[in-house]
Amino acid sequence: MIRFILLQNRQGKTRLAKYYVPLEDSEKHKVEYEVHRLVVNRDPKYTNFVEFRTHKVIYRRYAGLFFSLCVDITDNELAYLECIHLFVEILDHFFSNVCELDLVFNFHKVYLILDEFILAGELQETSKRAIIERMGELEKLE
Amino acid sequence: MAMSGMRGLSVFISDIRNCQNKEQERHRVDKELGNIRTRFKNEKALTPYEKKKYVWKMLYIYMLGYDVDFGHMEAVSLISAPKYPEKQVGYIVTSSLLNENHDFLRLAINTVRNDIIGRNETFQCLALTMVGNIGGREFAESLAPDVQKLLISSSCRPLVRKKAALCLLRLYRKNPDVVNVDGWADRMAQLLDERDLGVLTSSMSLLVALVSNHHDAYWSCLPKCVKILERLARNQDIPQEYTYYGIPSPWLQVKTMRALQYFPTIEDPNTRRSLFEVLQRILMGTDVVKNVNKNNASHAVLFEALALVMHLDAEKEMMSQCVALLGKFIAVREPNIRYLGLENMTRMLMVTDVQDIIKRHQAQIITSLKDPDISIRRRALDLLYGMCDISNAKDIVEELLQYLSTAEFAMREELSLKAAILAEKFAPDLSWYVDVILQLIDKAGDFVSDDIWFRVVQFVTNNEDLQPYAAAKAREYLDKPAIHETMVKVSAYILGEFGHLLARRPGCSPKEIFNIIHEKLPTVSTSTVSILLSTYAKILMHTQPPDPELQNQIWAIFKKYESSIEVEIQQRAVEYFTLSRKGEDLMDILAEMPKFPERESALIRKAEDTEVDTAEQSAIKLRTQQQSSSALVVTDQPRANGTLPVSQLSLVKMPSMSSNVDDNAAGQRLTPENGTLNKEDSVPPSADLLSDLLGPLAIEGPPSSSVHPQPSTNLGSEETVVETTAIVPAGEQANAVQPIGNIAERFHALCVKDSGVLYEDPHIQIGIKAEWKLHHGHLVLFLGNKNTSPLVSVQAIILPPAHLKMELSLVPDTIPPRAQVQCPLEVINLHPSRDVAVVDFSYKFGNNMVNVRLRLPAVLNKFLQPITISAEEFFPQWRSLTGPPLKLQEVVRGVRPLPVLEMANLFNSYHLAVSPGLDPNPNNLVASTTFFSESTRPMLCLIRIETDPADRTQLRMTVASGDPTLTFELKEFIKEQLVSIPTVTRPPIQAPTQAPPAPPVAQPASNPAALQDPGAMLAALL
Repeated sequence: MIRFILLQNRQGKTRLAKYYVPLEDSEKHKVEYEVHRLVVNRDPKYTNFVEFRTHKVIYRRYAGLFFSLCVDITDNELAYLECIHLFVEILDHFFSNVCELDLVFNFHKVYLILDEFILAGELQETSKRAIIERMGELEKLE
Repeated sequence: MAMSGMRGLSVFISDIRNCQNKEQERHRVDKELGNIRTRFKNEKALTPYEKKKYVWKMLYIYMLGYDVDFGHMEAVSLISAPKYPEKQVGYIVTSSLLNENHDFLRLAINTVRNDIIGRNETFQCLALTMVGNIGGREFAESLAPDVQKLLISSSCRPLVRKKAALCLLRLYRKNPDVVNVDGWADRMAQLLDERDLGVLTSSMSLLVALVSNHHDAYWSCLPKCVKILERLARNQDIPQEYTYYGIPSPWLQVKTMRALQYFPTIEDPNTRRSLFEVLQRILMGTDVVKNVNKNNASHAVLFEALALVMHLDAEKEMMSQCVALLGKFIAVREPNIRYLGLENMTRMLMVTDVQDIIKRHQAQIITSLKDPDISIRRRALDLLYGMCDISNAKDIVEELLQYLSTAEFAMREELSLKAAILAEKFAPDLSWYVDVILQLIDKAGDFVSDDIWFRVVQFVTNNEDLQPYAAAKAREYLDKPAIHETMVKVSAYILGEFGHLLARRPGCSPKEIFNIIHEKLPTVSTSTVSILLSTYAKILMHTQPPDPELQNQIWAIFKKYESSIEVEIQQRAVEYFTLSRKGEDLMDILAEMPKFPERESALIRKAEDTEVDTAEQSAIKLRTQQQSSSALVVTDQPRANGTLPVSQLSLVKMPSMSSNVDDNAAGQRLTPENGTLNKEDSVPPSADLLSDLLGPLAIEGPPSSSVHPQPSTNLGSEETVVETTAIVPAGEQANAVQPIGNIAERFHALCVKDSGVLYEDPHIQIGIKAEWKLHHGHLVLFLGNKNTSPLVSVQAIILPPAHLKMELSLVPDTIPPRAQVQCPLEVINLHPSRDVAVVDFSYKFGNNMVNVRLRLPAVLNKFLQPITISAEEFFPQWRSLTGPPLKLQEVVRGVRPLPVLEMANLFNSYHLAVSPGLDPNPNNLVASTTFFSESTRPMLCLIRIETDPADRTQLRMTVASGDPTLTFELKEFIKEQLVSIPTVTRPPIQAPTQAPPAPPVAQPASNPAALQDPGAMLAALL
């Protein structure tokens, strides 16, 4: 299962953090700091997987943003790697050509989208269309 | 894209973005927090829109890393807002700010439940999402049935049902005991017919969790999973929106194959054939394509298919197809695929016998050990470690040694540990083993743990042929200009013991050896100084006829260290000085160390002591990984590929009872009839390497028979009689298998600690790990098969006493070779009682039926929580409980005499908190504790002990509590502890792992404690 999801920029600023395991705030800060340090200097030619404590971080970089998923060491790495890409495609669709600023100013929407995509640390919906339609429904309610 | 839609929020975010530095940011945030605080104080004046805006701002501030604890309440309270926009914010922000352990969440349970059972679909979704993301035990208790209803409801939209599936998954993962899934097999089978892929994907995750716990309940789901796989992979019968780069939902395919890995086999031939067809298609039909995403997705499916094929033990042909694929992958440039190739090859080694094919790729794998990416290097190291056997050990270990010099710090310790283990396990000859370890110490001394050099000393001591070689090598290293301190230790030790074997070689006279070792003394730490002093004493002893000059030199050193502030050094100096003046007697006293008793390699334990934390038990682990993780003894069985078993290398032999007797006799023959030394005779060699090696020199402690005590050699107290008669009836003791270690002592040790070994014999080790909370106990029994063949007809029947409710989860009938299975056991304490639960455990090994009855450490004191109370609280309570039956007093005689301080320690170890000074009389003791059971509220218990300094075998005890039964039971319980105090109750007081390398003379109790300490063994096991 996914333990947590982090969206961080190159400077290590957190743009989204979602934890599916109970962590104290201090521990969250530590995790965010460590994961950033772990991925930021990795060569683009390296694998997208890196050991993190007793787990594994699957990460992918899009422009200046790092999307990192912390998963169990027994989990299927490539499936999660593509899960990141699917999420990015959904964001891209929703914001039409997403950029970091969209995610900054609309961080609350990103949380909404994520909750339609992943729940309890597992994939909930893999249809881009279903998620975008659902977001449309929700926007009407606001 | 439009801005957030909340102007105030956008402005705030812009402000933060415009901050030039952290200080400005903090300033701006503080200002905003101040503002939010004031606005919330006057809550009535806030519009719903404003509330929503401020709560979002808080989340943003929280993401920046600031503390917003004050706002938790505001976020939680929005959950009960009547309108969607506020409610939504409440739910989302609460799930981000809080975790399942926050008390505030409880306030929302009612609202959440109302939202879940209400008619508003949007609210249902919000509530399910939050519970799915942060719901804890209380949510499971009050909501699980409602969530289950939603999942199978025919009137709910898929939108709600997929959320319900995952919400249920979380509740189940966290609290399998609370969520009732009896009869869910049919429901799950139904869910697998679902046409909506969102619901199906979510349900499949749920299924994985369910089957990983109870695969046998879900057989009916197996053919359905195969159908789904066929539908996806073969027929590609799936709505367009669920294909990803042309691949039918790779995630659902992966999850489905994951679920299938939890079924031990597929018996139905048709289902099996269909599945293999699909798998074959995946294996053959996955091509490398240009598009990265498509490539990744198809390989995600491929790697999962590989795992499933390995699990199913496919025909040889398909297996070699898999190995061929993996061989291709580990040679590609694409790093992810290469990484996964290495990882899956390692997994493959665990399940099947493909070592020989994999060995062909050795050169390629070694290339990956030099990859710039640490992730790949780690996988290569794991694989090399896994594929090593006697045929390639030399090459692989050489590579590891070479790599060691350039490896980053993060990997060095693991690397040296692994190299050391491989050298030990697969040494073609022992001199090579010694070479490797010395090279390791030389190249990476800082990363070579003590265990590694202890182990080499152990081998050298036990193998006479090796001794001159090791001594010569050690002497060589000492000539190097700057050597690591660990090298000083190991060289000094070996030269002390065996330096005399080199006597005729140049540069190896006693004096020369002494001089070169002594050169190092000024630069080493105190622990090494102790070893050097021992070495000097040994050199003196071996120098016959004595060399007066050398003697004076060494005596002067001993004299100098007699005033060392380090007790250990001082003691050694004094003792060696005295001993070395005894002339002839010295020869006997300081003779060579006897052979070490066989013991499991601490290194192997350590290497395999990796903590794996996964949501579901990994399928491989369930099947095989445990085979390797439960390496309990060093006698490694021959592997199928022709590895020589260690014993064939004559390193050490498994001590049978008879060889023990031999050792014993030999030991006794050498033991001098010397009054001052008799004390040590009874000290058994410790299982703790440290005290063996660093203890005083070769004062011949014969390997005492208590290394493997028989269950009957016992304390002889009344209780142990019960142990051997009632618990293990003599008639049934016809077991051909003898337990290792003393069952009663193990039990007593477990009464005061929460993990350790409950039982062990040559075939099985039963460990126990317990967590106690109030009147609940959560125990896990670890059944570890030590053999290379399975244990069958395994049965564990719990015989609970009337006051305990106990539920043992399913114990598998068979424990695979070298595997360890975990059986959780839930305990609820209903009312106070001293009765003890027993597990009737049996298994069959070959034709032997072994049956033992073991007491479980679910004893009264586990339901006690120590509480320290002040005099002001104590005395009124004490007075208010007047006389029997609430307050009982008794004069106890025949008490094991103990100083008051030790008695206080004993009390504390039983969770009876001693309040020093509460009783003004120093001979008295006052303690307090709280007792928990289901039928009573938490009960305060007060205890007073008045000892008689003139006669320590008697005391007066007064026990008081608000419940007559509790008072009586507790009084009796304490009495039992005082009358018969098992020696092993000491470990909690003096942490055995840090037992200083003190000679047994100083601490006669510490050795047996360390010897019996199952905690250390179990720690490695878990």
